[in-house]
Amino acid sequence: MSAPGSRPARVRPYAITGGRTRTRVALALETLVHTDGAAELRTLSGERRTICELCLRPISVAEVSARAALPLGVVRVLLDDMAGAGLVVLHGATADRPDRALLERVLDGLQRL
Amino acid sequence: MDSSGSESASASAKIVVAGGFGVGKTTFVGAVSEIDPLVTEAVMTDASAPHDDLSLAGDKATTTVAMDFGRISLTSDLVLYLFGTPGQERFWFMWDDLVRGAIGAVLLADTRRLDACFAPMDFFEDRGLPYLVALNAFDGARRFDDADIRDAMELPDATPLLTCDARRRGSAKAMLVSLVEHALALTP
Repeated sequence: MSAPGSRPARVRPYAITGGRTRTRVALALETLVHTDGAAELRTLSGERRTICELCLRPISVAEVSARAALPLGVVRVLLDDMAGAGLVVLHGATADRPDRALLERVLDGLQRL
Repeated sequence: MDSSGSESASASAKIVVAGGFGVGKTTFVGAVSEIDPLVTEAVMTDASAPHDDLSLAGDKATTTVAMDFGRISLTSDLVLYLFGTPGQERFWFMWDDLVRGAIGAVLLADTRRLDACFAPMDFFEDRGLPYLVALNAFDGARRFDDADIRDAMELPDATPLLTCDARRRGSAKAMLVSLVEHALALTP
């Protein structure tokens, strides 16, 4: 990771979101995002298109950020907008703590690795 | 979304991997992740860090903090993410994001630098996040009695204290299993 001061000049991150930093729904780092098909891809450009392409298989908010090389907060605002427009579906919205059923599924899965 | 898609991972969970600088967080994540660890960046804004001194940053919009993470597909519809905490503890604003909704945390410890654990321990205990301490068995590190380590860390009796080798997949996996068991024991 380069130091903040040494990174190449680029657009200020929140210019992409029109300056917005807040989302209507809480998007956890691990919240999964998915898009049903490629139908809308042709109509999109820029970051939204990149994100839609990444979401052709279920992918977490953090992975979208890493693979699109966009800051987390920017990705959250864009995904919130895109979910509102029906471009992507969010699932696995997280509660404050996982319940027993989820913990048992995770434990079972880990033990089978 | 339900299970209508062909690749329909529909549930996800998260475990935090914490510890001091150089203790082996990235090694641990890399040992069990099915992908090479990825890096996500967060930009520190006024809203997220109202009390942070940004005077040293030329442009506050480009003050970033990076987090490593990995992924384990447990089943076709369940994915577990492992997030390493940022190395610099001044980036506390990210920690709330990391622990929200998390199963718990594996706190990697080096017996030569146990004090690096104190701030994360305080944070997890304050947030009620289940955690365990995993002593990373560095080559040549002196072995101590568990009771002495618990004493030095003021570790609560109910918090597991284990030893691991963060380079080994099986060992890292065993820490995750123990953590989830611990979280289950604390979940009504």
